[in-house]
Amino acid sequence: MRVLPVGRRALLVEVESTGRAQALHAELVRLREAGELPEVEEIVPAAVTVLLDGLEDPRALAERLRGWDVPAAVPAGSAAVVLPVRYDGPDLAEVAALWGVDEEEVAAVHSRTEFRVAFCGFAPGFGYLTGLPEELGVPRRAVPRTAVPPGSVGLAGPYTGVYPRTSPGGWQLIGRTDAVLWDVSREPAALLAPGTRVRFEAVP
Amino acid sequence: MTGAGVLEVVRPGALTTVQDLGRVGLAHLGVPRSGALDAPAHRLANRLVGNPAGAATLETTVTGCAVRPDRAVAVAVTGAPCPVRIDGRPAPWGAAVRVPGGAVLEVGAARAGVRSYLAVAGGVAVEPVLGSRSTDLLSGLGPAPLSAGTPLPVGPASGPAPWALPGTAAAAPGPPTGELVLPLVLGPRDDWFTGAALRTLARAAYRVSAESNRVGLRTEGPSPERARGGELPSEGMVTGAVQVPPGGGPVVFLADHPTTGGYPVVGVVPGEALAAAAQAVPGLPVRFVPLRR
Repeated sequence: MRVLPVGRRALLVEVESTGRAQALHAELVRLREAGELPEVEEIVPAAVTVLLDGLEDPRALAERLRGWDVPAAVPAGSAAVVLPVRYDGPDLAEVAALWGVDEEEVAAVHSRTEFRVAFCGFAPGFGYLTGLPEELGVPRRAVPRTAVPPGSVGLAGPYTGVYPRTSPGGWQLIGRTDAVLWDVSREPAALLAPGTRVRFEAVP
Repeated sequence: MTGAGVLEVVRPGALTTVQDLGRVGLAHLGVPRSGALDAPAHRLANRLVGNPAGAATLETTVTGCAVRPDRAVAVAVTGAPCPVRIDGRPAPWGAAVRVPGGAVLEVGAARAGVRSYLAVAGGVAVEPVLGSRSTDLLSGLGPAPLSAGTPLPVGPASGPAPWALPGTAAAAPGPPTGELVLPLVLGPRDDWFTGAALRTLARAAYRVSAESNRVGLRTEGPSPERARGGELPSEGMVTGAVQVPPGGGPVVFLADHPTTGGYPVVGVVPGEALAAAAQAVPGLPVRFVPLRR
């Protein structure tokens, strides 16, 4: 684990893997809720890091973190969010070819995978979901689409993601869900947050 | 909510947005902080009219704006210095001013700097979204930028009558002139750059790009050379982070910056220096002053 200062009010904690970053994030959130972490404005997990922003004394916390043993596994947490998906995306055939299977098998593999939100970004409510085995990673599209409709389920690199709203995007689209990923009039606004477990359910 | 009045937008200007101190604690969901780019100017404007610091103000961009209150209100304009007029008559900038009901308050074009702040006693009382009234132009949260004819609700004034407040002269440092000097606390990814790159960063003649916006202050100039290839896995970004995209000058992240990003951050401009960045006009020379941690 490396602890890197970021400016004068933040720390970036870097670990070996996305799984470790998820575990570290869960542990930091647990400590904050238990009142055992100094005041911090933001705890932002990402691929292999967790950012702590808005710290009064980053040096002191850095010292404390350097002696830390992060639990290797993420706590199971609450029940999985289930997203119904029609696996009929415009890039389904492309992904099937990349995986060396037929289109039905893409849907079967994807819908029996246990996913977890590793981190959010790109747009409010957009989660980067991990869970697919490494060898099923796919490249982004060479030419991004200018408008991807909301609810589109896409793959890029090791991640699966669902577009919360219409936006440009280069992910390979395999299907679409009617679930509302982001709604500011709802509490919570984000259906998916870091640590949320997710399953996709194939629907006709 | 019981409004205490309404401002009608007479002239929205090039880009005028509602801003407060932003959305805190939601970065892990991909929600940018947002909020006033020149936070000291926003706070000063609020103080001048007796508002708490978190009351929403209007942030203009270069060309100002004009509004018409439906009843008498106290206002103050700070940030980028500009002419202020009430029904055509000159009024002071950087001080609390009374605008009669039905009169047009004109916030003129910036004489220097980029962004002026208009505070109204009681604050702009549009409905908050996720705890803030700020317009976030990256993710489209909060009210849309002002357009002509839009009614903006004003909250009930809470503080004492502004004219009773002492020290109404604006003592802010003002927009940068001649040069924008940005201290740069190196890291967390300065090791992705060569020593030559760090010298380039310190010595090159960068200029503020016209592509700058609320997301970032973009610069034109040499791209500091990386010491290593490959891609950095996405990581959390702070306000003030200086990213170096390939083939371009450094970008300083401002209030509407994305919460995660994949370009290495060579250093971070401390918060107290960002007000100047928010007021730097296109073409202004930029000098980064790298500081070892």
